[in-house]
Amino acid sequence: MSTIQDILETNRMIEENKLDVRTITLGISLRDCAHPDTDIFCRNIYDKITRTAEHLVRVGEDIEAEYGIPIINKRISVTPIAIAAESCRTDSYVPVAQALDRAAKTVGVNFIGGFSALVEKGYTKGDRVLIASLPEALAQTDRVCASVNLASTKAGINMDCVREMGETIKRIAELTRDRDAIGCAKLVVFANVPEDNPFMAGAFHGVGEAETAINVGVSGPGVVKRALEDVKGKDFGVVAEMIKRTAFKITRVGQLVAQEASRRMGVPFGIIDLSLAPTPAVGDSVAHILEEMGLESCGAPGTTAALALLNDAVKKGGLMASSFVGGLSGAFIPVSEDAGMIAAVECGSLSLEKLEAMTCVCSVGLDMIAVPGDTSAATISGIIADEAAIGMINNKTTAVRIIPVPGKKVGDSVEFGGLLGYSPILKVNPFKAEDFIARGGRIPAPIRSLTN
Amino acid sequence: MERDRMKVVITIVGQDRVGIIAMASNVLAENKINILNINQNIVDGFFNMVMIADMSNAQVSLKELQRILSEKGNEMGLDIKVQHEAIFEIMHRI
Repeated sequence: MSTIQDILETNRMIEENKLDVRTITLGISLRDCAHPDTDIFCRNIYDKITRTAEHLVRVGEDIEAEYGIPIINKRISVTPIAIAAESCRTDSYVPVAQALDRAAKTVGVNFIGGFSALVEKGYTKGDRVLIASLPEALAQTDRVCASVNLASTKAGINMDCVREMGETIKRIAELTRDRDAIGCAKLVVFANVPEDNPFMAGAFHGVGEAETAINVGVSGPGVVKRALEDVKGKDFGVVAEMIKRTAFKITRVGQLVAQEASRRMGVPFGIIDLSLAPTPAVGDSVAHILEEMGLESCGAPGTTAALALLNDAVKKGGLMASSFVGGLSGAFIPVSEDAGMIAAVECGSLSLEKLEAMTCVCSVGLDMIAVPGDTSAATISGIIADEAAIGMINNKTTAVRIIPVPGKKVGDSVEFGGLLGYSPILKVNPFKAEDFIARGGRIPAPIRSLTN
Repeated sequence: MERDRMKVVITIVGQDRVGIIAMASNVLAENKINILNINQNIVDGFFNMVMIADMSNAQVSLKELQRILSEKGNEMGLDIKVQHEAIFEIMHRI
């Protein structure tokens, strides 16, 4: 039976340190929905999503109430639409995005991911239609999230797509300029994308997945920060041990929620994503954990080492707490969604270049980065190429979610609202990459891809 | 394990006054919920109690119990939570 100390500790983590389950994401395969007629395809996917996810939100709310653990988001991921919709005789998937949006609203989830294409080695017909549809699709929908995987360790980097995504992001920003380019916050460009990631905006239901799956993302930066307050001044062995123990506890809660959701919905349990996901709320910041380790402000020299230790210890602690782990599994450093990161940018300690270095040792990449509206497409492509190269060479996932906000410049800030937070505009290196990006073609897979 | 599933943890926090434990134990008795453990103290006039109870033979669901206790708690100015014990068990035991 639980002891009083255990009970009080758990409830303190939930109430004071903002421990929560970030998301229960239901993955749904849409591969059996294909049809040459786009209208029929849209009806098929709407019906399948609303039928499969009918009870998702209620089940999530029940678990939340019975265990007393907040579950912030209930979400859906689907088969990449470039694959599912490929047999439609059409040159636009905008109606498909609208069908996804309607389905999300009907079942009450706040995001649906999978308006996606996998083009690391090249384009199929469906991939081209999808990417061409991105600006309008993201401008005309509220809850649809999109992603494009354009590089991998095994395939290299599709530099044609790198160029195209720079232009596409600019176009999305333009079409959603009245809402501070919010469309760009719903698009992630990946290298080595995981196919079972429960976190938005990059979630989709991969082609190797089962018909349906429950994937759960945990959270809890506040809990780790609080635990580290108890070991002030101790050496890094002690710090790593404390993070591991805390990550274990956080992940166990995710495991419990995942098992219950899976049982109640009759959907197989997929994975737990061992990520520390921050929110803009006070006390829910990854940057503040790094600062607790002894840095004056996130971005100071030592930040990359601190993040490396944090990320590794979270995995080591979480691994034993869950039967299956996957997804992105690592600390997230989204600038606009983390109060400590925002403050670090504002005080000048955190730059785009330092963030790039940090992405070498943590899970995702340049996430929720607001840059001046006059940043050129080629510069954005250059930033994407750099991140993709880090992912490709280091055999890890990297991503770029960058928002060139029309009319804004360094010194301004932008408010996205809700979980997407707000961000100061980051300074971008002014030197040009036009001729580099214009080359196109493919950067060959690195030598380390030849592992067989 | 099935029996374990029916254990709940009831936490009560609020200004101390006469009859808090009586109220809670009455509600539990009326609904055939057996108290296994009570831990209670007063800190600076604040009442803190953690109770573990067995709902195996309960006549109400967990949600219903939450509703009843929350209403009674509101009348007495108390914050009352009822949670499945599993969340505590899984976090602190391998």
